[in-house]
Amino acid sequence: MITRRHFIAMLGSCFALLVPGFVGAKTTTPGGAQRALTGGAKATRDRVTLTMPGIAENGLSVFTTVEVASPMSAQDYVKTIHLLAEKNPREQVASFHLGPRAGRAKVATNIRLAASQQVTALVEMNDGSFWFDTRDVVVTIAACVDGG
Amino acid sequence: MNWRALCFALIATLPSAATSTEILPSGTTFLSQGLQAQAADAGANPGMLWVADGERLWNTAESAASSSCASCHGDAEVSMRGVATRYPLVIPGSNQLLNLEGRINTCRVQRQNALAYAHESDELLSLSAFVARQSLHMPLKVTVNDANAEFFAAGEAAFHQRRGQLNLSCANCHVERVGLRLRGDVITHALPNAFPIYRLEWQGLGSLHRRLRACALGVRAEMFDYGSEAYLNLELYLTVRANGVAVETPGIRK
Amino acid sequence: MGPAIARVMMPKAAKAADVIEIKSLFRHPMETGYRVDAVGEAIPRHVVTLFTVDYDGERIFAVDLSQGVASNPYIAFYTVATRSGELLFSWTDDRGETVQLSKSLTVLP
Repeated sequence: MITRRHFIAMLGSCFALLVPGFVGAKTTTPGGAQRALTGGAKATRDRVTLTMPGIAENGLSVFTTVEVASPMSAQDYVKTIHLLAEKNPREQVASFHLGPRAGRAKVATNIRLAASQQVTALVEMNDGSFWFDTRDVVVTIAACVDGG
Repeated sequence: MNWRALCFALIATLPSAATSTEILPSGTTFLSQGLQAQAADAGANPGMLWVADGERLWNTAESAASSSCASCHGDAEVSMRGVATRYPLVIPGSNQLLNLEGRINTCRVQRQNALAYAHESDELLSLSAFVARQSLHMPLKVTVNDANAEFFAAGEAAFHQRRGQLNLSCANCHVERVGLRLRGDVITHALPNAFPIYRLEWQGLGSLHRRLRACALGVRAEMFDYGSEAYLNLELYLTVRANGVAVETPGIRK
Repeated sequence: MGPAIARVMMPKAAKAADVIEIKSLFRHPMETGYRVDAVGEAIPRHVVTLFTVDYDGERIFAVDLSQGVASNPYIAFYTVATRSGELLFSWTDDRGETVQLSKSLTVLP
């Protein structure tokens, strides 16, 4: 039999992941991670396609794809793809390191989103230039937040 | 309304013994396109991690004194094909209703010289997911007969029984309000065709009984034990109700 | 959380210069470190921090992960089929533990 105290604790632990301001609140300003990664250099919104659902059914796992228009040749290739979530306790979610051997600059993963927010895919090319795309994702909570 | 009488009357008239001639749509069809695609992709469906582990367990003898599943059943792709479509069932000659997990444990104890796996253990989840996977895309086909009629009736009654502080029965949501929203979710028909499922909420694989317990918690009702008679009876009813629906193990749910 | 399980889906063979897609799954709770248990104690962070892929001894792909990646991490990517050989997939977590999986690729001329 689940005790009331146990249930409330489980509910709290579930929300801790989904509600900002709870355990693990953000301490950096949104966009801070992007500035740190580019060193202040300008990033152009082009060549990058960030694909995410407009409404994420569960913030615990949101399917994310990034594709970059690039020949991926030895002279012109994607070096790194960063995924940034401005309202997560840790803005820099994942960084993918590619190179000419990738053949195609396309990666996919599932990320966690702490709240409805804008996600950014920031791309660094081998020539040091930066490119990006953003997506606004609404995070809903499943109906039976049951802790069961 | 005397559900029991109606139930038996229906069984008497229908050759297939399904309680409805309509095949209900799987819960998968209620998900977003993205999640449906993920579930259908064996390379992206996280439940496949358990199926892979199940294959390993299938071929492994736990100890020198015990035997592996493969030692009797050989290639699961052949021997287990269609098996999951027939469970839960009553073992001929006994009066015991078994689901797939129960059947695996019975085999272990009676024939493999091994201990039963604990309910909801990784091993049991992995093996049951692996075995059920061998029936992928095959329609559920559980027949109500003399042996299981009593269990079926009990499960059917439980499905329509209001319970918990919210005083709701399974039917109140999963028959009367299918397609309506429950906060962020759309209410499905509550079919067991994709279990064990990878539930995003759990961040892992879980059985039907775990989901039933979560439902009970949702209406603030008493949660029964894994493998309890109450849930086995209900599982039998739910499966018969889902006859004709394709097995999709491991499904992804929210 | 059971034994370490890694699963990689990729073609067994490809023509030289073909770009192939590789899908990887790894069993890991990716515990964020933000959750508290039933008695209010913080559950310590435990996440995969690095995923690498070596093809024929050369590093062709790497990912820095964090607690912002979903549990049982799925990572899909592409690589050019250059020549027949082994691909080595490696997952390292924040406790320094590494799990590796090797897969063969036959490259036809």
